[in-house]
Amino acid sequence: MRNNSTSFWAFALALPILGFVLPKVGLNEYYFYVAYVVLQYVVLATAWNILGGYAGYVNFGTGAFFGLGAYTALVAMKAFGAPLFVQIAAAAIVGALLGIGAGLLTLRLKGIFFSIATIAAAIVIETFILNWRFVGGASGMQVIRPEVPLGFETYTRLLFFVMTILTVLAIIVARYIEKSWVGRGLHALRDAESAAECSGVPTLRLKLLACAISGALMAAAGAPFPLYTSFIEPHSTFSLNYSVMALSMAVVGGMSRWWGPVLGAILIASTQQLAASASPELHLLVVGLLMVLFVIVAPDGLVGLVQWARKMVGPGRKEVELARGSERA
Amino acid sequence: MSIDLLLEGLIFGVFVGCFYAAVSIGLSIAFGLLDVPHIAHASFLVLAAYMTFLLGSYGIDPLLAGLIILIPFFALGAVVYRFYYEAFEKRGTDAGVRGIAFFFGIAFIVQVILSLVFGLDQRSVAASYIGSSLGLGEMRIPWRLIVALLVAVGLVLALNLYLSRTFQGRAMRAVAQDPWALKAIGANPVMTKQWAFGLATAATAIGGALLIIVSPVEPSLDRVYIGRTFCVVVLAGLGSMSGTLIAGIMLGVIESLVLTAFGASWAPAVAFGLLLLVLGLRPQGLFGR
Repeated sequence: MRNNSTSFWAFALALPILGFVLPKVGLNEYYFYVAYVVLQYVVLATAWNILGGYAGYVNFGTGAFFGLGAYTALVAMKAFGAPLFVQIAAAAIVGALLGIGAGLLTLRLKGIFFSIATIAAAIVIETFILNWRFVGGASGMQVIRPEVPLGFETYTRLLFFVMTILTVLAIIVARYIEKSWVGRGLHALRDAESAAECSGVPTLRLKLLACAISGALMAAAGAPFPLYTSFIEPHSTFSLNYSVMALSMAVVGGMSRWWGPVLGAILIASTQQLAASASPELHLLVVGLLMVLFVIVAPDGLVGLVQWARKMVGPGRKEVELARGSERA
Repeated sequence: MSIDLLLEGLIFGVFVGCFYAAVSIGLSIAFGLLDVPHIAHASFLVLAAYMTFLLGSYGIDPLLAGLIILIPFFALGAVVYRFYYEAFEKRGTDAGVRGIAFFFGIAFIVQVILSLVFGLDQRSVAASYIGSSLGLGEMRIPWRLIVALLVAVGLVLALNLYLSRTFQGRAMRAVAQDPWALKAIGANPVMTKQWAFGLATAATAIGGALLIIVSPVEPSLDRVYIGRTFCVVVLAGLGSMSGTLIAGIMLGVIESLVLTAFGASWAPAVAFGLLLLVLGLRPQGLFGR
């Protein structure tokens, strides 16, 4: 593997700085409006991949974590007048708890039960919110936005900056997990859970750790949502579309590396924004077809295609990847 | 809650529960017996409901329509399984993320196509037994639920007989447990699973016809039924047909009582809550092997 650490950290530093400066130099509001959504999906897909890609547990409840984050932020704001930073932190904590709960519940069961449990969690939480008057119930509620902090002109611009920070955080966490013993342990438990257990990998603790981190990031991505839209209602907030999106982004981008879901998210989310005015439903259809196509034809996603192309172009360089568990086993 | 209301809820729950068993029986075969992570089951159910609606617009009775679409759905199931086998099971990549993602993708594609073709409005069918009801003293039981109950019981009995008395049926029960032993007695495990998956999808076709008989459908209905069908199958214990009927009735009764006590807005959470409870407490189900 090439040593691209320096360029990675340069990028990780540059993105939030750009996120702070760009909204202040003018530019059309619309760009930030769109970029926010794209970055939100980068966080969601990256978070999904920590559990789905590295550990092999398919989470169908991305919408549950996202929605729970959004409503936690709303409650924190409405009941305690908490600032945005506290809202995001509260959402992350609640998301981590939900993740641990789902993990504990399906402790010793096959992967598919985890997936079904996460769908179940999504519907159960949505039903509670639907029946909770304080947060507007089924009809939703208007969010009263306080004055924009940090000298930004509008909330869209501020939240774009906030989302760049969350994006960088999510990517740093995913990259760290991938490169550390945590990632190797997760790979081991994905490929052969009992063998990993026997070799001294603390599978249960690692699984719960991945559940917690993934859940916290997803919920954090949802926390700024009430301020972003200034109106929130449960049906679209807990939408199954978030789950489909996160899953398809990771599948299309590639689940074995941190930049796979990032690539997939940028690709799919930006085309979604382009198609939003023409036919959003047709875009969803294309996303579904792409997901099925990739899962069959290119199971390693764009990451796999890039690695394959590199091998074709530079046959001299040998890529020895000892740490990565083989997908084709 | 008065005794009368309670009793009414109970009886109503039994009828609805039989209906839940009928829509879950296909999944009981596909997931319970064959171990295929068939997330798309509920979408096939809604697809069958829409096909029933389509035939209904030519004046065909929904029950008859359910029988007509049986054969194309059998073929659909066989093709989907074959595809799944070639793409995943054969390569040994079915266990993890990819097999689940595949079925999730199919479910999503079906849902989007349905909303593109039929729109987001609710659709329903007309028949003599829809809308009228049978009076039993103070209670009125809708004929559509009686039809659902009869079909469900018939379906369970027929499948039970088939799975216990015929060679092919017994082979289906054996295939998930030990494909090698099946080979040894001269049955082809892949063909057996393909046939079984076709059968499961055909049963889903009838379930879909019942679905549109019992209530109007919309493309996104599959989400709620993922919970109900998986709840019934997991509660029953994987692969038990009569268990499916009992589990369906249990879900129906509990849902109906919650509905009577707390109101309709809590109903969707019942199946999912029960599912979470079962997964946490007794994952092998009530009648599990």
